Amino acid sequence: MALVELRDVHKTFAPTKRGGAPIEAIRGVDLDVEAGEIHAIVGYSGAGKSTLVRLVNALEQPTSGSVTVDGTRLDQLGERDLRRVRQGIGMIFQQFNLMRSRTVWGNLEFPLRLAGVGDADRQRRISELLHFVGLADKAHAYPEQLSGGQKQRVGIARALATNPSILLADESTSALDPDTTREVLGLLRKVNEELGITIIVITHEMDVVRTLAHRVSVMEQGRIVESGPVIDLFARPREAVTRRFVSTLVEEVPQGAELEALRRQFAGRLIVVDVEGRTSQSDVFAALATRGLSVEVVQGGVNRVGPAVFGHVTLAVRGEGVDDAVAEVGRLEGVEVLA
Amino acid sequence: MISQDTNLPELWSLIGTATWETAYMVAITVAIGGVLGLGVGLALYATRAGGLFANRVAFTLLNLVVNFFRPIPFVIFIATVQPLARLVVGIGIGNKAIIFAMTLAAMFGIGRIVEQNLVTVDSGVIEAARSMGASRLRILTTVVVPEALGPLILGYTFAFVAIVDMSAIAGAIGAGGLGNFALQYGYRQFDTVVTWTVVLIIVAFVQVGQFLGNTAARRVLRR
Repeated sequence: MALVELRDVHKTFAPTKRGGAPIEAIRGVDLDVEAGEIHAIVGYSGAGKSTLVRLVNALEQPTSGSVTVDGTRLDQLGERDLRRVRQGIGMIFQQFNLMRSRTVWGNLEFPLRLAGVGDADRQRRISELLHFVGLADKAHAYPEQLSGGQKQRVGIARALATNPSILLADESTSALDPDTTREVLGLLRKVNEELGITIIVITHEMDVVRTLAHRVSVMEQGRIVESGPVIDLFARPREAVTRRFVSTLVEEVPQGAELEALRRQFAGRLIVVDVEGRTSQSDVFAALATRGLSVEVVQGGVNRVGPAVFGHVTLAVRGEGVDDAVAEVGRLEGVEVLA
Repeated sequence: MISQDTNLPELWSLIGTATWETAYMVAITVAIGGVLGLGVGLALYATRAGGLFANRVAFTLLNLVVNFFRPIPFVIFIATVQPLARLVVGIGIGNKAIIFAMTLAAMFGIGRIVEQNLVTVDSGVIEAARSMGASRLRILTTVVVPEALGPLILGYTFAFVAIVDMSAIAGAIGAGGLGNFALQYGYRQFDTVVTWTVVLIIVAFVQVGQFLGNTAARRVLRR
């Protein structure tokens, strides 16, 4: 049984205006998140990602369907029991949501007091958390004295305070610059690897998915349209929305106008080599080089997800006997002749 | 210009009494009205749509009551609540009765001020507290109020000045204080010196309150 299980979950919100239509935020979602994995949920704004993640810690209750976390049906629990469940699920936010009236120390103290942790244990735990996120020197700073990255690190420390088994990250890096994003993603990976905490991360940034997640689910209009290991989604996106997301990071094989432009710009023939491994790139290059042809990489890219490599390169090939060579190379698996 | 026939020299001890009366009328009103107003404000904030204890019926009713009493000019309000004052403090005139009326008026006014300041608290912070498993009542007392403390202090300071203003017509039901004194011994006796002396004392009184409020708010807001 997965750590988090959603079965045929629907969530409909009452209309915001009198006489308006009810809003179907989630329309029949099944989701399994295994213990120890980092599961990304990707989608455009309004796809239902935020609502979905709020079902996991019962900030929202489903209209129908079941939400099971660690064997407990959340949709059947009362408010008092839910409060206890929530103490075992940490959450971090795009806008950090730290209390401005409290120092870093005070912000970390809040969840520990809620959990009824005694004075001495609280002190010890807070100092442990501060060291874990690398902010030991900021204990008595107020949130406005911290940078965005530091604020999110406090947010992470606060979410970890009560030793949760799950961490929910709602667009946790969307308000940060690229350097800080990397820093926070590194910390989240450490949370996953060193503490074994399962992470569900909501994002619209494919870079976050690529560098952090193990599995990914793509949402569109309240449904999960595609789900699987990150590498599969990147290398072989099935749905249009997934392709749009993947194309923000990975170059597609040129076609249409892009292909026309390449043709005009480069004389000779154009071939595409898939780098995912069936034919080694060096075989292609060797075959072309021994015939004295000039080869130029004109488009494409090589991508890495964990140990896996995928992507393609488009080559412009010129020289005497180019047609024969291209015909021969084009028979190799993973090579396609474009023009 | 300063008329030689002022009675100011003989009136100092009476001015002292009046100052003391104003101080304690205002202090009691700020204290009791402040607490009750905080309650009204929290109730308005919590029951409004999307609030922690969202309850349309409760909010509509409370909102209606506050809106009904707030616009009544204070001098008429005193008369309106006079029967209630007899019931609660046992007398319809004098200092006790005016404190009762002021407290009631302050409660509604402060309630609105509190509500307005609480709605500025970032809903994300409340959601974060909910995600940590905090109860709604706990969020109200340990998150919402502390987060809004700076503006709340400024709101109370504003209310303090309004309460001093209210106390000026205490004489309408035979109560004392500086306002009544200025009318009785200054204005009605055409004794400009007395009027202005009392006005200056009231101004100083308000200044001290405003200064304390500003200082406290700056402390809390750390700027």
